[in-house]
Amino acid sequence: MNQNTSIVEIRNLDYAVRKRPIFSGLDLDIVRGRVTAIMGPSGTGKTTLLRLITGQLTADGGSIHVAGEDMRTVRRADLYLLRRRMGMLFQNGALLTDLSVFENVAFPLREHTRLPERLIRDLVLTKLQAVGLRGAAEMMPAELSGGMTRRVALARAIVMDPQILIYDEPFVGLDPISKGVILRLIRRLNDALDLTSIVVSHDVQEISAVADTVYLLSGGKVVARGTPQELQSYPSEIVRQFIGGLADGPVPFHYPAPDYFSELLSRGEVH
Amino acid sequence: MNPLKELWESLLESVAGLGAVTAFLMRLIMHTPRTLLRFDLIVRQIFNSGALSLVIIMLSGLFVGMVLGLQGFQLLERFGSEEALGTAAAIGLVKELGPVVTALLFAGRAGTALASELGLMRATDQLSAMEMMAVDPIQRVVVPRFIGGVIAMPLLAAIFSLIGIYGAQLVGVQIMGVDSGSFWSQMRAGVDLRDVNEGIVKSCIFGVACSLIAVYEGYYAVPTAEGVGRATTRTVVTSAVVVLFLDYLLTAAFL
Repeated sequence: MNQNTSIVEIRNLDYAVRKRPIFSGLDLDIVRGRVTAIMGPSGTGKTTLLRLITGQLTADGGSIHVAGEDMRTVRRADLYLLRRRMGMLFQNGALLTDLSVFENVAFPLREHTRLPERLIRDLVLTKLQAVGLRGAAEMMPAELSGGMTRRVALARAIVMDPQILIYDEPFVGLDPISKGVILRLIRRLNDALDLTSIVVSHDVQEISAVADTVYLLSGGKVVARGTPQELQSYPSEIVRQFIGGLADGPVPFHYPAPDYFSELLSRGEVH
Repeated sequence: MNPLKELWESLLESVAGLGAVTAFLMRLIMHTPRTLLRFDLIVRQIFNSGALSLVIIMLSGLFVGMVLGLQGFQLLERFGSEEALGTAAAIGLVKELGPVVTALLFAGRAGTALASELGLMRATDQLSAMEMMAVDPIQRVVVPRFIGGVIAMPLLAAIFSLIGIYGAQLVGVQIMGVDSGSFWSQMRAGVDLRDVNEGIVKSCIFGVACSLIAVYEGYYAVPTAEGVGRATTRTVVTSAVVVLFLDYLLTAAFL
């Protein structure tokens, strides 16, 4: 894959938390203009990967290039410039609770630009219209439902017209209707705004409906890569376990523990 | 377990903590000039830390002053010098009680609010979200709160002393019958500019200490319900101890 088509390029990535390896030798490419999903069981470090891509964490080894910038050596000022071209949707929305919906969406514009008030108003209303919440502009974040919060956060993430839009678990805790709305927005925004979307999720069904490419992570490595259809028939047990939602398999049901019977029979304390 | 070793380790930990707080203060000071350009952010925080603490400061000032009037009157009456009540109350309030009690109340009212607000912002990813929007949370969130607290604290201490003197007058003159003229004239004659300066310097330094502790604890709070709770508690406890310790140092320095 060459430089022109992939906007994020990860090579041989190593990352450990307190000596516990999260990633070892991870390779991953995010292709420009597509919706790429990163999936995997809980605890495989999907969110950590996002933090590495966005420069909130620094890798221990290997390389991460985002839009041509080396994330391991990038200077803080350049990192902030790069982040203006990225939008991120946090799991819980992360709206600023002391600002109204309108002011939340206007926040990046007010911080980074000196646009006239009239133009800020129009831009914010346009983005709110895109997520269907123009009518909620005057509400406070505490008054919003989970789905609405995430849509406002999405409007805020696109208000600076980013090139890359990152979604961290966008479907968690949403009702089916809200899920459908977010799903449609991911696809529509990606195609209409001509951006690159990275979706981290473990919702197999939703991802199958929206993603162009899926990476399945497990044990710090990419275990499968392909279109959602290809993954359905992937010749690997762990992929089958994940896609099929089986309780036991290569990812064991039991957390590692001493032998069950001997622990029950012993008089010792809990290990 | 070796108690000596543990003591040594906890000592090292405290020194490291002090270093971290100092480094944090330097970071805040470095960001201050740029934040001053956005004074509207600071004004809002002066309102949050200052104006919203007014009621508790004024009420406490009134009662402290009233107690001072009562106790001072009883003590001075023994020497037949009740007229000195004005001087005694004013000096006690301006030099000591004003700055110290205000700082303690400030830590309890505004400091806890700052710490829990910042801690919750961290726990709900609001600070990370700002980072992702290329907005430095230190600059946008922490420094305005810090400066707001630093500005609000001396003002609150002044109001506290003012109301306190009124409270002392209320009890001393109106109830216990000290002559009003000598109460005020002795106060004017007995209180030096030096005394007022001491109060101002103390309250400014307490303002820096309390605000710094509050934003530090909040900003570095463990992002869980328990962590935010602990940060709030530590804000009050640390502020109280630091204020009383600094008060001794400053009093000694002004002698």
